[in-house]
Amino acid sequence: MKAGVIAVQGDVSEHADAIRHAAAAHGEEAEVVEIRSAGLVPDCDVLCMPGGESTTISRLIHREGIAAEIRDHVAAGKPVLATCAGLIVLSRDAKDERVDPLGLLDVTVDRNAFGRQKDSFEARIDVTGLEEPFPAVFIRAPLIDEVGDDVTTLATVEDRPVLVRQGPIVGTSFHPELTDDDRIHELAFFPDERTEVAA
Amino acid sequence: MADATDLEELKRGTELVKRGFARMQKGGVIMDVVTREQARIAEDAGAVAVMALEAVPADIRKRGGVARMPDPTNVTEIIDEVSIPVMGKSRIGHLKEAQILEALGVDMIDESEVLTPADDDYHIDKRDFTSPFVCGARNLPEALRRINEGAAMIRTKGEAGTGDVNQAVEHQRTMQRQIREIKGLEYDEREKWAREHGAPRELVHETAEQERLPVVNFAAGGIATPADAALMMHYDCDGIFVGSGIFGAEDPVEMGNAIVEAVNNWDDPEALADIASGIGKGMKGQSKDSIPEEERLEGRGV
Repeated sequence: MKAGVIAVQGDVSEHADAIRHAAAAHGEEAEVVEIRSAGLVPDCDVLCMPGGESTTISRLIHREGIAAEIRDHVAAGKPVLATCAGLIVLSRDAKDERVDPLGLLDVTVDRNAFGRQKDSFEARIDVTGLEEPFPAVFIRAPLIDEVGDDVTTLATVEDRPVLVRQGPIVGTSFHPELTDDDRIHELAFFPDERTEVAA
Repeated sequence: MADATDLEELKRGTELVKRGFARMQKGGVIMDVVTREQARIAEDAGAVAVMALEAVPADIRKRGGVARMPDPTNVTEIIDEVSIPVMGKSRIGHLKEAQILEALGVDMIDESEVLTPADDDYHIDKRDFTSPFVCGARNLPEALRRINEGAAMIRTKGEAGTGDVNQAVEHQRTMQRQIREIKGLEYDEREKWAREHGAPRELVHETAEQERLPVVNFAAGGIATPADAALMMHYDCDGIFVGSGIFGAEDPVEMGNAIVEAVNNWDDPEALADIASGIGKGMKGQSKDSIPEEERLEGRGV
């Protein structure tokens, strides 16, 4: 499996490790490619959009010509895991002119919805399809507001969606790459009877 | 229906949450700003965060006197202006400045040698704060002492306000060399190394095993051009702080944009040539050798 991590900015190596571990758990070997310029996405089977600053990532993927390639990747039905800033960048509307979202995931988001860094937190959250709660880390995290008809919500915090799936895209407002628990990466890239949810 | 979680058992300010914040800055450029207008320019240029201070280091050098935390009114204005994280500098050992910055809502506190130290012997005990801290270091033992005190991020201690990248290079290469050195040592030899270098022993073992610092490591001090930023990325820095280099340049907007792009393209000389063209002059600067030993900042708070 060839996995691309959009690497213009953010916690790239954490996602690369999580992808390798998730693949190994399914008996596969993942070749991870860091994507900082155009031309690499078309060869990737799956993509990760990491956490970081959505304003910076948004600017650089447009400037480097990566944005259009991500659109093609999704149009081809290939999996994407988008976490935190990645979720904002893939959304339909980030309610902020400083971010130019790709509109691939039919949700609207509120940036920094929990407040500033001192309000950031970790908590164990219940996820549809996972037997045990997931250790989720929320860092200046966004919250999902409106959710389109084709979007399935897999976890909520205080009644707001924090984990959603729409076709090949899984979006999280938290950071599954910051812990050793790779179940969200498995859910995104190796959907099976345990994690598959009717869309 | 999705599984619902009520946040009764959430934990704030844990090591994971603090170090995690620093990880989100990786591959980014953090820019020094003095006013809200500068903060806006920095965000528009693609900065991942801004660092609020009362004057950029080059001006602090020229002006002399005591350098303190930024004016709280100014910090609040900058926080209101931008959506990216806002960091603030406190004096080394000045617990109260750090607490005030946290109360203002600053996302990360830089306990910085650029300001006049409040305490010659002790740094702030950073473990008790909910907010993450970044601290400067010239070498591995110094970095590990700061991490042991609770720092969630390390940066080099290049000579601030000079536009001379020399010391940042020196510090980063020293750090890399020392990590290679302890990696090759046996357990008992690492114990001796830790004793001899005044480094916390558990962190020495952890660093040797991971073959890198346990926290994110940025370059700071004297970075003034896209080429400087790319050089520091070449030496395995996780990202870049730029102080006087942006607003001391002829065209801060062009320079800010160019340094952000250079960090993303650090390993592509042709792209760098393009990025570095037509952006106006960098800050004038002064070489570190022209600064008398007693006026150098890197020896503060070791």
